[in-house]
Amino acid sequence: MTDTDLRHRARQIRMETLRIIHGSTGGHPGGALSIADILAVLYFSEMRIDPSQPHWSDRDRLVLSKGHGCASLYAALGLRGFFDCAEFDRFRRLDGLLQGHPSVSIPGIDAPSGSLGMGLSQGLGMALGGRYAGKNFRTRVILGDGDMQEGCTWEAIMAAGHHRVASLCAILDANGLQADGRVCDTMDYAPVREKIEAFRWNVIETDGHDCDSLVGAFHLANDCGDKPTLIVARTVKGKGVSFMEDQAHWHGTAKISVDELQLAYAEIGTFSVL
Amino acid sequence: MVRRYPRHHWGETTRGMNDMMQNFDYFPPGQDVSMREGFGRALVALGRTRSDFYLFDADVAGGTGAKPFSQAFPERTLQFGIAEQNLMAAAAGFADTGLIPLIAGFASFTVMRAHEQLRTAVCYGARNVKICCSHVGLDTGPDGATAQMLEDLVTCRAIPGLTVVVPACANEIQPLLAAILDDPGPVYMRIGRSPSPVIYEKPGPIRIGKGNILRNGDDLTLMACGTRVAAALKASEILAAQGVSARVVNMRSIKPLDHALIQQCCRDTGAIVTVEDHTALGGLGGAVAESVVQGSPVPMEIVAVRDSFGRSGEHSELFGAYGIDVADIVAAALKVQRRKRA
Repeated sequence: MTDTDLRHRARQIRMETLRIIHGSTGGHPGGALSIADILAVLYFSEMRIDPSQPHWSDRDRLVLSKGHGCASLYAALGLRGFFDCAEFDRFRRLDGLLQGHPSVSIPGIDAPSGSLGMGLSQGLGMALGGRYAGKNFRTRVILGDGDMQEGCTWEAIMAAGHHRVASLCAILDANGLQADGRVCDTMDYAPVREKIEAFRWNVIETDGHDCDSLVGAFHLANDCGDKPTLIVARTVKGKGVSFMEDQAHWHGTAKISVDELQLAYAEIGTFSVL
Repeated sequence: MVRRYPRHHWGETTRGMNDMMQNFDYFPPGQDVSMREGFGRALVALGRTRSDFYLFDADVAGGTGAKPFSQAFPERTLQFGIAEQNLMAAAAGFADTGLIPLIAGFASFTVMRAHEQLRTAVCYGARNVKICCSHVGLDTGPDGATAQMLEDLVTCRAIPGLTVVVPACANEIQPLLAAILDDPGPVYMRIGRSPSPVIYEKPGPIRIGKGNILRNGDDLTLMACGTRVAAALKASEILAAQGVSARVVNMRSIKPLDHALIQQCCRDTGAIVTVEDHTALGGLGGAVAESVVQGSPVPMEIVAVRDSFGRSGEHSELFGAYGIDVADIVAAALKVQRRKRA
């Protein structure tokens, strides 16, 4: 898939993300929009998946450790055909499939999340399981800034480096904001490269909104010898919607009004596929 | 959302189980053997007959009894260092590939420290993970309160989808572990540390969810788990000498609980005493009480640790100091008998 196609997919994911959250009592638009390009590259280019067999044992795995950003993951899964896109309108509702945070009851969701700090460990376990089961699938874990403040994440970083789990690739959505403000003011985990490399990981830094660069980073990660890889994706929270960009206010369970939705759609500048 | 796991029916698996049981190597009766030793022997025996489970260790194999397995099967042992939260969540991910991770740890550091990973990554994730812990209750002894896990039954049985079992002696662990590995869902097995009497000479196949009547009696029922089953058997002998006929039940399955057996004991004996090396809040006593009051209630006493932390001491001393020894069971039995007659 060309860069133009992937950018188109990313726009679709953004549109559907906003639709999903607009139709609900809220969601986490900021952190969902910041990973839209990463999800477009993974689900429409890089991942070995079969939407008709969500439990296919040889599939590539994806764990969204920052589970609150699930609206865009649901958008990607729906657009990829894992479930009926009509579910987009029942997000966080009793009669809907799409839970407020990822649940394995949803086709295409490989791990439960929503409690930060557990995703990398689960991905590590999947990658180790693949090693012992003699399978060659790859496991990706999308981490948020908040995941880097959880101790369990660092336990997993230590173990993945120690066990040389090269089939594991973490993508850090480094948007620099968390619920109540800037990461650097709340609990700074920088410098990330030096810390992660010290744990025997390969580290690649890239623009998290440039699909071409992301594809290149994933290809480098696939061929990194015997080390796990962290792709530090420099992103903007709320990317693609000017009034949401780099605003901590749009982290939490924000409601999107009709006016805001129309303005956002106009800015993203494409059409709804549905 | 609660994931319901299909349970095996013994009609389908008894033949495999019988083959497997030929490899079991039981300790002779009449001696005290620690359950962790029985656990190590069970791991090795089952490791020889099935290759689908992997030991997850946090540098405690020497303490949990799992060392014989890690020595016999180093290629099936995964070391996570002293990082139990990562170990628990990684086990959840590992299970996604169809292999069975078997965590062996100290209860406090495993099911308590990594409780959220157990709840969310393992159980909400519907992962087939087996968690087997030593260092439970006052049985832990001189190490003191930090390692004496007195709250694991109540916290674990509250998690949807998690099966909770407690073996009563070293020999019981081999068929129980076989049943656990055959179960398709997550299971927590609470194992002891200190030497404890061998109760079963050659236990048959064990069905999770069922209790086992060890001694018949008409006046009351002593329902115990873990090391307290042997204590209840001793108490029943003392009671017999006093003319009280006590039934003794090994309630090895805390969840699912054997409601039918509990109701039968209520009908047959009219009084219940539960006994456990665990807090009195919500453990075996709580579980049995929930069942009793929803049937035809009978007088009941709960012999357990009264809402407190443990302390250092020999396990045999601690049982008496905290009111869960043989004399305490006898006293509770006599009390419940008086209440039954009143």
